[in-house]
Amino acid sequence: MRRNTLWVLATVSALVLLFSYRTSTMGTGGGGSGSTSVAAPRATATGGPAGDGTPSPSQSPASDQRAATSDGTFTGTAAQTKWGPVQVTITVSNGKITKVTVPVHPNSSRHDQQINSRALPILIKATLAAQSYDVDTVSGATVTSEGYRESLQSAIDQAHLS
Amino acid sequence: MGTSISVHLRGDELASERVVQSVAAVFHELRHVERVFSPYRPDSQLARWESGELSLEAADPRLAEVLSLCDEARERTGGWFDPRALPDPRGGGVPRHHPTGLVKGWAVRGAARHLAALGGYGWCLNAGGDIFMATAAGDPPWRVGIEDPSDPSQLLRAVVVANGAVATSGSAHRGAHIINPFTGRPATSVRAATVAGPDPLWADVYATAAVACGLEALEWLEDLADYQALLVRETGVIRTTAGWPKN
Repeated sequence: MRRNTLWVLATVSALVLLFSYRTSTMGTGGGGSGSTSVAAPRATATGGPAGDGTPSPSQSPASDQRAATSDGTFTGTAAQTKWGPVQVTITVSNGKITKVTVPVHPNSSRHDQQINSRALPILIKATLAAQSYDVDTVSGATVTSEGYRESLQSAIDQAHLS
Repeated sequence: MGTSISVHLRGDELASERVVQSVAAVFHELRHVERVFSPYRPDSQLARWESGELSLEAADPRLAEVLSLCDEARERTGGWFDPRALPDPRGGGVPRHHPTGLVKGWAVRGAARHLAALGGYGWCLNAGGDIFMATAAGDPPWRVGIEDPSDPSQLLRAVVVANGAVATSGSAHRGAHIINPFTGRPATSVRAATVAGPDPLWADVYATAAVACGLEALEWLEDLADYQALLVRETGVIRTTAGWPKN
């Protein structure tokens, strides 16, 4: 798997911790949501490059049949959250996410709208910024946005980026 | 825990039944811990024990185990880790029993054994910023980013870890602060603490205790032979223990 793909995988895991986001009419409080937000239980492969530049360890056979990059616009399935559906669309160029939009998100209440106007730009900025750090995972004290990450993961899967 | 969980695996035959089952076991176990210990759910065993509705004997044995570990953590940290002093995450300001500063690291340690049992795989389990990882022979180590506590879209730096744990504790961006258990007041001088070491439970405990204690925590953090710490002051200045990996 190419190095670019590792960056995208890093994005997926990095962004789960880079922001705290709630659109809820259910009151304030700390960073936690009322239910567990979990990534889909699928193993992600990273065939990390060996230090001396030799080819990666063997991958599952299916990876050889995938396109080297998948450019274009991909829309994740809408993830259902307790506050409404969330859907994420990414634009991929040369195997990297270049644009993120959130066309579907809870927006019914004034509270939702206020939070969206602040939080969504942060989420989008975080997604793009995380790609440039080349990390595998992030340690932080914040909590991810349920739904946003699931839908982003789905869009990334469709783009065959992971 | 109300947190997000991600699993990264490196190795062969990642789509095999054995691997898929192991990863599923990780999520299953962490979901169970969530049900038992969530401070956000009035029907969690923790909440019901607090209200007196559920006795320790009738509860999941892990509740007693965690409470016992909390006592040990309080001793080990000279009282700076005190689950009885953390603010109610649901708001309201009333202090309550809140072992979250230990449960996450403890849960990660337990769940990771499903990944370790695979044998020969590199793995990285991240639950809400508490990370436990291992590297298989020949594979590169994991690169761990440390979040900037004042800007969630930025990272302060990265640290390279082959095997072990990294945990971060701090004030939520818009939420309650960790309380200084001796003064009863919010601890504000350290905005976030990241601790790296062999055991995710103790990394979590020491990080939580460090935030509650403030900058003086560096003194006793230096005495911990196997653990290194990075503290972010309220001003944004970063201080680390002497053994923290250089950039």
